Amino acid sequence: MVELPAPRRGEGPYLRVRDLRVRFDTEDGVVRAVDGVSFAVERGRTLGIVGESGSGKSVTSLAILGLHNAKRTTISGEIWVGGRQLVGLGEEEVRRLRGRDMAMIFQDPLSALHPYYSVGRQIAEAYRVHHPRAGRREARTRAVDMLDRVGIPQPAKRFDQYPHEFSGGMRQRAMIAMALVNDPDLLIADEPTTALDVTVQAQILDLLSDLQEEFRSAIVLITHDLGVVSQVADDVLVMYGGRAVEHGSVERVLRAPQHPYTWGLLSSVPSLHGDADADLVPIPGNPPSLINLPPGCAFHPRCRWADVNGDRSRTEVPELVAAGAAGHLVACHLPVAARERIYRDEVAQVGVAR
Amino acid sequence: MLRFVVRRLLVAALTLVVISLVTFGLFFAVPSSPAKVMCGKNCTAEDIAQVERRLGIDQPLPRQYADFVHGVFAGRTYGEGDFRQDCPAPCLGYSFRNNQPVTEIVAQRAPVTFSIVLGGAVLWLGLGVSLGMVSALRRGTAFDRAAIGVTLAGASMQVYFFGLILLYLLVYSTGLLPFPSYTPLTESPLRWAAGLLLPWMTLGFLNSALYARLSRAQMLETLSEDFVRTARAKGLPARKVHTRHALRAAITPIVTIAGLDIGTSLGGTFITETIFGLQGLGKATVEAVQFLNLPVVMATVLLAAVFIVVANIVVDVLYAVIDPRVRLS
Repeated sequence: MVELPAPRRGEGPYLRVRDLRVRFDTEDGVVRAVDGVSFAVERGRTLGIVGESGSGKSVTSLAILGLHNAKRTTISGEIWVGGRQLVGLGEEEVRRLRGRDMAMIFQDPLSALHPYYSVGRQIAEAYRVHHPRAGRREARTRAVDMLDRVGIPQPAKRFDQYPHEFSGGMRQRAMIAMALVNDPDLLIADEPTTALDVTVQAQILDLLSDLQEEFRSAIVLITHDLGVVSQVADDVLVMYGGRAVEHGSVERVLRAPQHPYTWGLLSSVPSLHGDADADLVPIPGNPPSLINLPPGCAFHPRCRWADVNGDRSRTEVPELVAAGAAGHLVACHLPVAARERIYRDEVAQVGVAR
Repeated sequence: MLRFVVRRLLVAALTLVVISLVTFGLFFAVPSSPAKVMCGKNCTAEDIAQVERRLGIDQPLPRQYADFVHGVFAGRTYGEGDFRQDCPAPCLGYSFRNNQPVTEIVAQRAPVTFSIVLGGAVLWLGLGVSLGMVSALRRGTAFDRAAIGVTLAGASMQVYFFGLILLYLLVYSTGLLPFPSYTPLTESPLRWAAGLLLPWMTLGFLNSALYARLSRAQMLETLSEDFVRTARAKGLPARKVHTRHALRAAITPIVTIAGLDIGTSLGGTFITETIFGLQGLGKATVEAVQFLNLPVVMATVLLAAVFIVVANIVVDVLYAVIDPRVRLS
């Protein structure tokens, strides 16, 4: 048995990530999937991590849980979960934390649940891994109780059904029940509503916030949907090309976004209050290659304002620096005054920002 | 489920009827008469006609088939007067060669083939699946490459080559094992196993190659599935993730191939039986064909067909046991 240091309670953020770097060695070269990202989440708070596919948001979450293939992945930096540093910790120690102190919900509950086992059995299994002394009956009772708490009707009957007999929303509820069965302090939800239709999306998000109040867990919500972020998150981290480009409270980042990439994301989302006839503005170009990231600011090839500062954006990687309000950080070479003027005059008319 | 089983049984019966008809027909397409073979070189046309009458092969073909089917289900009588021979159901006729009842021949031969195949199957499944699974988990390592190389060698070798090498190494040159022989399991389990160890090893090694490759490929596929990641995210130990989650999902195609392989082999493993001098169904079939021994050929071919048909049904039922999604449809 490996002794784990007792979790520290009540001091500072439950999850703290500092200068996280994740690299994969592939045949084509080294993929820098995450390149120096830092953030923290307190218990009872929700951090939304936003970005396109390949921005490094899922890689970050898998790194926290230690789910990357150790042979092909190099992780450096610090990941503190409840006072324990996970980077460099042995697989066995991290395994004991997985599912108990930190749990994860995946995007597609149909493929994330084992097709050959009943839903209840999979939840009970998650309970029994970390409660080796619990009997079959106790685990079943606990699983049925969890199914009930995530709003699945007739939980005792549903326990014995298989994933394919559940609807999409019910499946995601079951996934959530499985993640919460051990009362984790940290819940990572990787695009939990992307595979669901819109009405079910809202229910699942409501459920997550209700459960958060009940369990007081820290939640990291990974999404590409700013609407979801504005609905449930307290803080936002915007990622691009494996780096953080903007970080702050939801209020600040969505109301007064500072980074041109965030502007782009906001302009590509329809707003209920905006002009119904106005066209959405997509971000031109494609996400960058993580093997061969553009020099300087990784976003510069797609940025309309990249030339405002001479060629600084093309040569120098921008640091994440304070942008006005407390805790609001941005990584952009545009002078503060220029950013504010551009946002006011050119960007703010569209999107969820208003 | 019941409707499914009934439908499968009907299809199985139909398959057997067709196979028996084809075998019957094919046999009579052979240009030589079994009566001539039996009677010898110095037979007159009259003698041959007499033998034909006695065997019942002077009758028109449909009549012969009807007699055969009647014999299987209700028994039949051969010859008349002093030569009268009552053959109770299930009557498969008498060997043209030594007049032994075919049912007796089958009853003698089938246990030999069964023992060879079942023992071999345990070995080849155990060896193949575990080798494939470990290779998949250690993908790209020396172990993986070695296992793949060895199984490639296994897959390209033949029973008559590998079997003879084993025979030479383990019996003739070192005397580690007795020469293969068949002792009924009920008589002495130890002698049964000792006598069959060599054929088991031969079949086990050669057939495991296919299973190792198949299960390696299947494992690699399921290991990248989302539900395996979920299992790891729950904090399950690696061993449980690999067996209970990944292997369980990888097993379906292995069951299919194994079922059909075993079903096919039960009909006779001629080469193995011949090399190791075991009197199994495969040898009986080939000898009967060489001698135009129609009743024996009919019986063994039909029996082989029954095994394959039954194996198919078993595989289907196992599917439903393994995969709950099959149970509904």
